Amino acid sequence: MLTTSKEPMEPSFSLAERLAGLTSVSACYQCKKCSSGCPLTFAMDFYPDQVIRLALLGQEAQVLGCRTIWVCSSCETCTTRCPNNIDIAGVMDWLKEEAILSGQASPQPEVTRFHQTFLDTVRLAGGRLSEPLLLGLYEWRRGGTLRKLKSGALVADLRMAWELARRRRLVPRLPHRLKGVKEIKDIFKKSHLPAKQEKP
Amino acid sequence: MNVSYYPGCSLEGTAIDYAASIGGVASLLDLTLTELDDWNCCGATAAHSTNHHLALALPARNLALAEAAGRDVVVPCALCFNRLKVAEKALKGPEGANLGIPYQGGIKIWDLLDYLTQDAYLKELAAKVVRPLTGLKAVGYYGCMVARPPAVTDKKDAENPQNLERLLQVLGAEPLDWSFKTDCCGAGLAVARPDIIDTLVQRLYERALRTGADCFVVSCQMCQANVDMPQKRIGKQFGKDYYLPVFYFTELIGLALGHPDVKKWLAGHLVDPLPLLEKIGVRFQVPGVRF
Repeated sequence: MLTTSKEPMEPSFSLAERLAGLTSVSACYQCKKCSSGCPLTFAMDFYPDQVIRLALLGQEAQVLGCRTIWVCSSCETCTTRCPNNIDIAGVMDWLKEEAILSGQASPQPEVTRFHQTFLDTVRLAGGRLSEPLLLGLYEWRRGGTLRKLKSGALVADLRMAWELARRRRLVPRLPHRLKGVKEIKDIFKKSHLPAKQEKP
Repeated sequence: MNVSYYPGCSLEGTAIDYAASIGGVASLLDLTLTELDDWNCCGATAAHSTNHHLALALPARNLALAEAAGRDVVVPCALCFNRLKVAEKALKGPEGANLGIPYQGGIKIWDLLDYLTQDAYLKELAAKVVRPLTGLKAVGYYGCMVARPPAVTDKKDAENPQNLERLLQVLGAEPLDWSFKTDCCGAGLAVARPDIIDTLVQRLYERALRTGADCFVVSCQMCQANVDMPQKRIGKQFGKDYYLPVFYFTELIGLALGHPDVKKWLAGHLVDPLPLLEKIGVRFQVPGVRF
């Protein structure tokens, strides 16, 4: 939630200008329809309408560092309902990408890590996702196996994995590499161009 | 009828049971689903959450493949459908030039539910029902991605879709209308934040029960996983004993039309639907996989 700080806020329009290529946050008139329909508000620090407001006021540190953007499930309810056609879900995505590019530490590192591991897995497997590889890589990168073992969480995870495995829904094999694996490699190579390059 | 088919990665993995029922239904309807040759991962949530280039380039490659194949493309995974539609809009717009993929857009992208609930198919299904699902009180759970946002999905009824209900009526079941039919299950947060799924899905269970439903019917395999897999865990957490099987709509089509493999498909679920089906008088002749 917003708290009053001792410092007067320094508004700046630069963030809204950078977002303008995606959507017009300045069109927001604070009707709060987005926050009212958002199913994830219970897990957020700022409500969606507050993120838009803070973005419009140029409060970059707050919006790039908030939990909200990472627990947003991209259900697109906000974007669908906004009377001024603001792509709020799109703003959440833009802020996530910008947070990573600017080296911001994620307040939800497990979520960030999951997305990055997903894409690494697709690249490693040659163009398709291997779910067992994703889960294995995610767990391995996450660490804390001993803590999970003690809390019983590891046993619960393994039991779930077994339930899926015995139904042949989780088979430890890689998907076949695509004929177009070079195209996929090229797509990934191009994607590392920083978005900042497009700014004037 | 011959269409292109883009299964998406999970239909080869954790949703392999969905894939089986889709194949079964296709054979019942004389529908040939030709898998797109050399399709790649659409990028899912991970790409659009972290990298706008990947988010468009990955699904765009599939659209180029689909266009080359020259047929409409049917997509069972709701998120893949959404990503392909996003790429379609981008390729047809000013961003198309940046992606460097020539795309005329002459083919239509369908989500599987929408495709199989066209009037012609509903008529065909009605004529082929051999075992009406009488007494099956179900809520249709659509999830988010097949309809939102309408500017991307081109759906007219994002807030209150009705095609699952229409299908269930044709199959002889009793669809119950409810207000949470497009509420989010938590989707891709399931691995990193399972606690969020627990909160969201428990709301769905409670609402479904309040409506008088005995089960969910879905078309999205992410929704199926999030509503089916944690049911015991959520029950323990909230001190309740939930029993709400989560059917794929294709499984119910197979059941009503008498496909011999239905019991095998249902064995993929974690919440065993058999007790519910026995309650409404469904008997499986062939002894099959036990849970």
